[in-house]
Amino acid sequence: MTPGSSYLRRMLDSDLIWQFRQAPAAMLAAAVLVLMMICAVAAPLIAPHTPFDPGTLNLMDSRLPPAWVDGGSATYLLGTDEQGRDVLSTIFYGMRISLAVGVAAVLLSVTIGVTLGLIAGWFGGWIDAVIMRMGDVQLSFPTIMIAFFIDGIAKAVMPPDLREMTRFSVVILAIGLADWVQFARTVRAATMIEKNKDYTAAARLSQVSSLKIVFAHILPNTLGPVIILATLGLGVAILTEAILSFLGLGMPPTQPSLGALIRVGNDLLLSGEWWISMFPGLALVLLVLSVNIFGDWLRNALNPRLK
Amino acid sequence: MVAVIVSARDLGRSFDASAPLIQRLLTRAPRLTVRAVDGVSFDVTEGTTFAIVGESGCGKSTVTRLVAGLDTPTDGEVQRLGRMGQPLRTQMVFQDPVGSLNPRWRVGRSIAEPMPLSMDAAARFARVSELLETVGLVAADVAKFPHEFSGGQRQRIAIARALAAEADLLLLDEPTSALDVSVQAQVLNLLKDLQERLGLTYLFISHNLAVVRFMADRLAIMYLGRLVEEGPAERLFQAPAHPYTRQLLDTVPDVANPRRNREPLAIDIPSPLNLPPGCTFHPRCPLATDLCRRVVPELRSRPDGTRIACHAVTDEVVS
Ligand SMILES: Nc1ncnc2c1ncn2[C@@H]1O[C@H](COP(=O)(O)OP(=O)(O)OP(=O)(O)O)[C@@H](O)[C@H]1O
Ligand SMILES: [Mg+2]
Repeated sequence: MTPGSSYLRRMLDSDLIWQFRQAPAAMLAAAVLVLMMICAVAAPLIAPHTPFDPGTLNLMDSRLPPAWVDGGSATYLLGTDEQGRDVLSTIFYGMRISLAVGVAAVLLSVTIGVTLGLIAGWFGGWIDAVIMRMGDVQLSFPTIMIAFFIDGIAKAVMPPDLREMTRFSVVILAIGLADWVQFARTVRAATMIEKNKDYTAAARLSQVSSLKIVFAHILPNTLGPVIILATLGLGVAILTEAILSFLGLGMPPTQPSLGALIRVGNDLLLSGEWWISMFPGLALVLLVLSVNIFGDWLRNALNPRLK
Repeated sequence: MVAVIVSARDLGRSFDASAPLIQRLLTRAPRLTVRAVDGVSFDVTEGTTFAIVGESGCGKSTVTRLVAGLDTPTDGEVQRLGRMGQPLRTQMVFQDPVGSLNPRWRVGRSIAEPMPLSMDAAARFARVSELLETVGLVAADVAKFPHEFSGGQRQRIAIARALAAEADLLLLDEPTSALDVSVQAQVLNLLKDLQERLGLTYLFISHNLAVVRFMADRLAIMYLGRLVEEGPAERLFQAPAHPYTRQLLDTVPDVANPRRNREPLAIDIPSPLNLPPGCTFHPRCPLATDLCRRVVPELRSRPDGTRIACHAVTDEVVS
């Protein structure tokens, strides 16, 4: 048996997988999540239409209702929007952007939070105090306000022709910077515990450098809770992006996320074209709900104290 | 040649044991300090075993951490004199086998950690396997994680790691207290053997007097942070002079002379937070006088090569 396959077997036999099999809600959530991720990643391949290629759009087909409603067409399963774009396809592409922004923003928060948490926990003293007070101050503002703020600064400092191009990065930056505190707190607490353990002392006696102790010894021992928080944070990040986009501060209509799609459809809701905002809205709810259910399960499964 | 490689000079270490500031302000409680170690001086000679014995909480682990340089003394200093101007290489076997290995590292990696970076992977692997066998485990254990071992096995892994560096000084903080008797004998024999072969120096902490008798060349008896008696181990075992040493030795079964007169060890150990004035041992001491209740006895040398901190014991060598 190769080491790879035995590793895989060990993983499949593990307690976590066993617990997973006992949790139908978590399994369903994970299945939905995987399906949505496939749709998002493979959108160019599996979307029935190419909604962002103006050449393929036909204004004659605009505002068509879903296929099962009177006047609907089988070519556009969930109907079309006012530019004649296929709603189902825009949802695939929208999920792609929502997920990409969410994942990138969480990775940014994790990177900032883990780094600052390690620094605060390892050095302690005034360095710790400064970092954690910064976090306290930040936490006393709602995340969305910080995202607004960063977004506003970016708009102010950037020349107009760059704004559109850098939308994606600015949104990621705004959400990522707003959410590092929880990671920093968790990692700081774990670091303060781990740095006083004897294995760290043993490493010091072996002349291992502080940097290596922090990265090779302490960091891996702080990552468990970070993974849980990151999963739950993904749901928050996707929602924050949706809110920003809905308010017109997030992704532009040329690169719409789920939130931007809802915004576009929202204007048409009162004139009866409910499907243009309803379906992206449902997709958003389903996405965030499955992320949260899976994250909750992960937290319970990995944290023995909650069992 | 007698070379001192570690010299503790008047070592002291106090810990702040106060309640949190707010609580202290509310209850008007004063600051509290624990004097875990106070005025401890000793020399460790190269190639020998220096043992420290004392009850739980008397400050043995604190002394070890100070000697290792893992903690800084609040008073006095530790002189660490490496061979020929080299820094003294120290390794330690920690009292608690749970925290002493990184739970996310395979034990092979932990054992290899002290090895020089210049060593190549094959040589490391060979050495790790050899060390695992030396401490009575098998080479296949390299790829396991600490949670796959018992406490005693982990302690042996920690010993293997301490040996990996070929350090000059090994600090052994109750290295065998988590082991069962047969493994304990095995590990102690191993340590003795390695000392003879490699000329290692040990600072050995234990509360097990039988183990200490087997290992120690010199012995220090510690009571509430202070040394009360120190000297060649044989001498202390044969003719303990300090009342505390005498009581301590009485708690081990005396096979040679079972009908020796025994005084029971008083139970009320004073708290290190609230040390009695004068000699800290006086509440339990059968020889205590008025002087003992007022004046702290200094550790003084006696003609037979031992040192003692006691007002009641005179310098005439007790028979
Ligand atoms: N970090 C610390 N903070 C506060 N007090 C401490 C700290 N470390 C040790 N102490 C106190 O110092 C005293 C001596 O502790 P130490 O661990 O050195 O004892 P010990 O002789 O090793 O005991 P044992 O045989 O139980 O291991 C104890 O009263 C302990 O409570
Ligand atoms: Mg101890």
